Amino acid sequence: MEIRLSTTDGLPVYRQIVNQVKYLIASGRLQPGQELPAIRTLAERLVINPNTVVHAYGELARDGVVVRRHGSGTYVADKAPRLSPQVATESLAPKVDSLLTDATHLDLGLAEVLQLVRERHNLLKHPKNP
Amino acid sequence: MNANPENQPVIALNSVTRRYGAKRALDNVSLTVPRGGVLGLVGANGAGKTTLIKHVLGLLRAQEGSVQVFGLEPVARAVEVLGRLGYLSEDRDLPPWLTVGELLRYSRAFYPAWDAGYAESLRQQFQLPPGARIRTLSKGELAKAGLLVALAHRPELLVLDEPSSGLDPVVRRELLEAIVRAVADEGRTVLFSSHLLDEIARVSDRVAMLAHGRLVLQGELDRILESHRRVVVRLPGTAARVKALPSVLAVSGGSEEWTVIRNGSPESFALALRQAGGEALEESSATFEEIFHARATERAVD
Repeated sequence: MEIRLSTTDGLPVYRQIVNQVKYLIASGRLQPGQELPAIRTLAERLVINPNTVVHAYGELARDGVVVRRHGSGTYVADKAPRLSPQVATESLAPKVDSLLTDATHLDLGLAEVLQLVRERHNLLKHPKNP
Repeated sequence: MNANPENQPVIALNSVTRRYGAKRALDNVSLTVPRGGVLGLVGANGAGKTTLIKHVLGLLRAQEGSVQVFGLEPVARAVEVLGRLGYLSEDRDLPPWLTVGELLRYSRAFYPAWDAGYAESLRQQFQLPPGARIRTLSKGELAKAGLLVALAHRPELLVLDEPSSGLDPVVRRELLEAIVRAVADEGRTVLFSSHLLDEIARVSDRVAMLAHGRLVLQGELDRILESHRRVVVRLPGTAARVKALPSVLAVSGGSEEWTVIRNGSPESFALALRQAGGEALEESSATFEEIFHARATERAVD
């Protein structure tokens, strides 16, 4: 499980872990039933306070993303909820806001932004086509 | 004897002031450290971190105010207090003529609770050769030897004064890993001082920020991060106009575009900004570093 932390982006460390685990699950890199690293193991690997990992795993369990089995460990939930469309949309909103702000300052209208989004989308979907 | 209930704070400083001549090294500092977890004590060099730690260790008596550690006054009850805490000083004053093995036997005599098996496992984990003399150890090895001596009696409270100062990044990481492992031991409380904000942000549950001898902020790190925001605003006029908006801690920038570090209610800030004829261009989380500098300069100017 690859987690990368930044202490320079202002997000609490537990929140970064929660977000990244959710992302890894949503993108299929963590599979239902798969075991997450033990609390101490992850704390030592990331060189962070173990309480922070406890906090993050607790949050993930509350969201139904992982299940904690007593004396055993923490596992990706069998029916790990894919992010609900609403939550997924909300998590993208700030990025869209910042895109639109930049576009306004560059005198680009909504139609041009949407056109650009479509172009980039096609490029990502069919990277080999010029 | 003191009952020492679980909910009693491990460290309690109450309005402590310390003067060196005209300079106030500590200025009316009140700080409570609950049992368990890591308190990161952060401040620039000379902010008063070491002076605060010396009060906790009973090396300095409070000129004004009071200090309690485990509910005891640490100067009068030095033997009891020091027996229950482990301390790693910035200049790791270990006897240079001893070998690592001799250091372990020597230190053992001071601590009734010394755990020789634990000491030996730490020695192996830190890869300290038993026959090596202290004076021949590298800076990193010296720091690890100091940490070993601080930990081997399994203290309730571990006090680390700038543990990674002067170490290269690889050794610093090793030392932090060892500290993280020590924290995992149940119930241990750690007071960890550093001027490196990145370290503090990684390992602390709670933080206390010192600037010019004053405690400018203390609390849970996550709460502090979540309650401070960085906002870029456009507002004609001077920095003082921006500073006058509600809950603004620091302002930088110029020519009508300002970066603001703020906490408190976002609604009242947005309203006041609009009424002043300004607009918010961008908002994001404030980093720990931005919060620290905002708090440190805000109080210094008062």
